[in-house]
Amino acid sequence: MKVAYFLGCNVALRTYEYDAAVRRIAEKFGIELMDSKDFVCCGYPAAPQDHSTFLALAAQNLVAAEEMGVDYIVSVCNSCTATLSKVNKLLKENEKEREHINKILKNSIGKEFKGTLEVRHFLRFIYEEVGLDEIKKAITNKLNPVRVAPHYGCHYLKPPEVFDFFEDPIVPHTADDLMALTGVVPVKYENMKQCCGGAILAVDEDTSISMVREKLIHVHEAQADVLAVHCPFCNVMYGEYQKDPRIDIDFKVPVIFTPQILGLALGFDAKQLGMKKKVAKLFLEPQEAPESKSEEVGAHG
Amino acid sequence: MESSQTTDEKKAHIEAVELDPNFKFEISKESGGENITSCFQCGTCVAVCPVAAKNPEYDPRKIIWMALLGLRDEVLSSKAIWLCSTCYSCYVRCPQNVKITSVMSAIQNIASREGHVHPSYEAGLEMLKKTGRTVELSEFENQKREKLNCPPIEENALATIKILDETGILKKKEKNKKKGEEG
Ligand code: SF4
Ligand code: SF4
Repeated sequence: MKVAYFLGCNVALRTYEYDAAVRRIAEKFGIELMDSKDFVCCGYPAAPQDHSTFLALAAQNLVAAEEMGVDYIVSVCNSCTATLSKVNKLLKENEKEREHINKILKNSIGKEFKGTLEVRHFLRFIYEEVGLDEIKKAITNKLNPVRVAPHYGCHYLKPPEVFDFFEDPIVPHTADDLMALTGVVPVKYENMKQCCGGAILAVDEDTSISMVREKLIHVHEAQADVLAVHCPFCNVMYGEYQKDPRIDIDFKVPVIFTPQILGLALGFDAKQLGMKKKVAKLFLEPQEAPESKSEEVGAHG
Repeated sequence: MESSQTTDEKKAHIEAVELDPNFKFEISKESGGENITSCFQCGTCVAVCPVAAKNPEYDPRKIIWMALLGLRDEVLSSKAIWLCSTCYSCYVRCPQNVKITSVMSAIQNIASREGHVHPSYEAGLEMLKKTGRTVELSEFENQKREKLNCPPIEENALATIKILDETGILKKKEKNKKKGEEG
């Protein structure tokens, strides 16, 4: 099956290891991810400033995907997925907005939004289109029962209506279900849906940092070995900002991408998935004492 | 006891003339702001807000209240309206379906038009105009990508520039800046 593959800014240029893991999984299941040089920023940064600009910037990406003749545009960033889903739905349903944006698109790039496709996050896409049974069948490496704390990320879940309510925004489960297939143990922890604070990092860094700190403490208290995310923003917040001196904690929480865990179970090695060997070993090699926790921060290289 | 009031206490009084009763309608006409008048001030939003939990300067219920009251200038020029992390926690919990996250975005749009946009967002659009993305591309990124067996990324800002020119967002900003400098 062919789908348009939308990277957005941060996966393309910051968290390539996430991109790599997603590409390997897609190959495994015969999903052809089609790149396009016309895919640029999703438009999210314009939302607080000018609604029309926001819609038009998002629409240029949707239009580029429509021209590829596919049924889906698949994204791996929570925020890009939410932006593209929201705009796609609005322009399909609201004729006035569609006419307005099509006028902007026509005058600027000579194109038109037609509303022929659906937007999906990669995780949702494999959950629904490949399905848990097929994924389970493809697993060749049973992983260690590593305790994994899933972080879903706000824009994977909400606003729920733009995602057709496929997930329960209060008690989400899709990432748990996928990870559980591999042998790892998804753990519940306090305030699991707490926001990473990434959106206001540039406005109020102290507040963002204290949101990150609290999350790491909750993950640690639940005795999780790693924190798994499926959004590049969340990854930067919990992985990179974990090193910030304002986060005065005496433990470390490795942060990895959910598809990297799936990738290991599907038989790919650490290098193919852009994982640090030390973190991959947690999942693959016999562990000595239960106390032997990784000292590594950020599972990406 | 008027005379014993401190200056701060006096300032806390609101003169009726400073209120703009149309402000709430202005917001409700903006995309996303439609439901603002449904708010009955229950405070659920602030109770579930992760930003308010960390920064007492941020109180979404209070922003809505001030907007409903018509404190137009105070709301539009406040730093608080830029503190929403768009987490949608309030959005899914509000009993009145106010859709605060969208209302906040509508208020931000009005504030932006009047030259109050937070500088970090402005920088974001400037960057888009240069590269089409919010992150700059160099040789380094594509070398890293190649090692991970991922195809290279090309810079392609052309369509973005054309769209930004068509909506006039950057020009409007220039105008606002000039207005601000003059006045
Ligand atoms: S939760 Fe809704 S009704 Fe309650 S104060 Fe907040 S916006 Fe108003
Ligand atoms: S969407 Fe904004 S106002 Fe609502 S809970 Fe999240 S940060 Fe607070």
